[in-house]
Amino acid sequence: MKQAFPILAILTGALLSYGLYEALVAAPTDQMQGDVYRIIYYHVPSAWTAFVFFAINFVASIVYLIRRNLKSDAVAVAAAEVGVVFCTVVLVTGPLWARPVWGIWWTWDMRLTSTLVLWLIYVSYLLLRRFTSGAQTPVLAAALAVFGALDIPLVYFSIWFFRTQHPQPVVGGGGSIDPRMLHVWLLNWAAFLCFGLLVFWSRYRLEVLQQEVNETEALEALLEPRESR
Amino acid sequence: MPQLSFITAATLVKDIRLEWRSKDAINAMLFFALLVVVIFSFSFDPTAEESRRIAGGLVWVSFLFAAVVALNQTWARELRNQVLDAYRVSPAPANSLFLAKAIGNFIFVAVLEALMTPLFIAFYKLRALGPAWQLAPLAALATWALVINGTFFSAISLRTRSREIMLPLLLFPISVPALIAMVNGTTAILTGDEPAKVWIVLLATYDVVFTVASLFLFEMVLHAE
Repeated sequence: MKQAFPILAILTGALLSYGLYEALVAAPTDQMQGDVYRIIYYHVPSAWTAFVFFAINFVASIVYLIRRNLKSDAVAVAAAEVGVVFCTVVLVTGPLWARPVWGIWWTWDMRLTSTLVLWLIYVSYLLLRRFTSGAQTPVLAAALAVFGALDIPLVYFSIWFFRTQHPQPVVGGGGSIDPRMLHVWLLNWAAFLCFGLLVFWSRYRLEVLQQEVNETEALEALLEPRESR
Repeated sequence: MPQLSFITAATLVKDIRLEWRSKDAINAMLFFALLVVVIFSFSFDPTAEESRRIAGGLVWVSFLFAAVVALNQTWARELRNQVLDAYRVSPAPANSLFLAKAIGNFIFVAVLEALMTPLFIAFYKLRALGPAWQLAPLAALATWALVINGTFFSAISLRTRSREIMLPLLLFPISVPALIAMVNGTTAILTGDEPAKVWIVLLATYDVVFTVASLFLFEMVLHAE
């Protein structure tokens, strides 16, 4: 498994560069927006990748609550961290695109707001992990992850009602998309997903190692003679 | 079931008696909410028409912040003399304890709301243009939405370092949909522009979802070591 890592890293690098070339050079320029639109090749794939990792976090948390094996907790923490990073990319690239196209950095539109709330929930998840210690961390974090996942549909609906009652200038939607653009989109999503999985994998291995270190330290503390402390 | 309701009732009565004698939580909550009202009115100075639009937000934000005071005390009170450890080893069902704490918090926050609402009405010259009776079910559902998750998360934040700060950090992001619903529902009733029914339904859904989730997961959180 360890030998596979550099090979996969090179493959991912190649895929990312190909995706970058396709996004910046090969993809046709948008009729309305010009070249500015090309940021969506980073924005949208990042969003989808973030959602994939949040879903992984949810499943791993459920598995942990049922089986209580530390491996699924390691999956959960690695997925949450990578998900938050991609979600941050979404929240940063969004305003960068919105400013020239909509004329504003931010609007409390449905998708923007629900992504922001999603990001807040998972940041609070990571904070909880940081502020607890010992064997209780995985249980408490998994409980919070389940609550967060249950909250997401409610967040979505509440903001949907909120925003349909107070209409806002929301651009996007409508119009047809060039099949060439869709192709580049999916290509970049594949590249981002590979990159995310690569980071996720190494973070997972780090977490498993950390768990082993903690266990060894706990054992040594038990075995150590009292006077040497 | 009889055991569950008996232990719930006993714990609830104990908590209310403790609060009645000390009045720690309710005094702190009331004064805190009063400060929020006063500070808000200095920072906005609204007319009657404007205050109808913003009052829903002001009222619920101040109740949310004030409720955190009571919620933080929920479990911290049981740390003295290792009462919480006694609960853990006792054969009493964990959910009966949780329900007692949630109902207790509901009562404390409801008392706070009952005492603060006249003040809000007086300070902001409020008069509902919509069906005012709907405020009662809305407030009940909204208060339960705040305390059910608040009680659960204060059991989590109890285990963290700097636990008093941790509770709002966990509670507020999850409470966003409930907060949107209670604020918009109240504003809809006060202005009378649109029906508040959709918000009441949303709050009821939120309450059901998180009450069930809390009852499922509380035992694990209580016994997390």
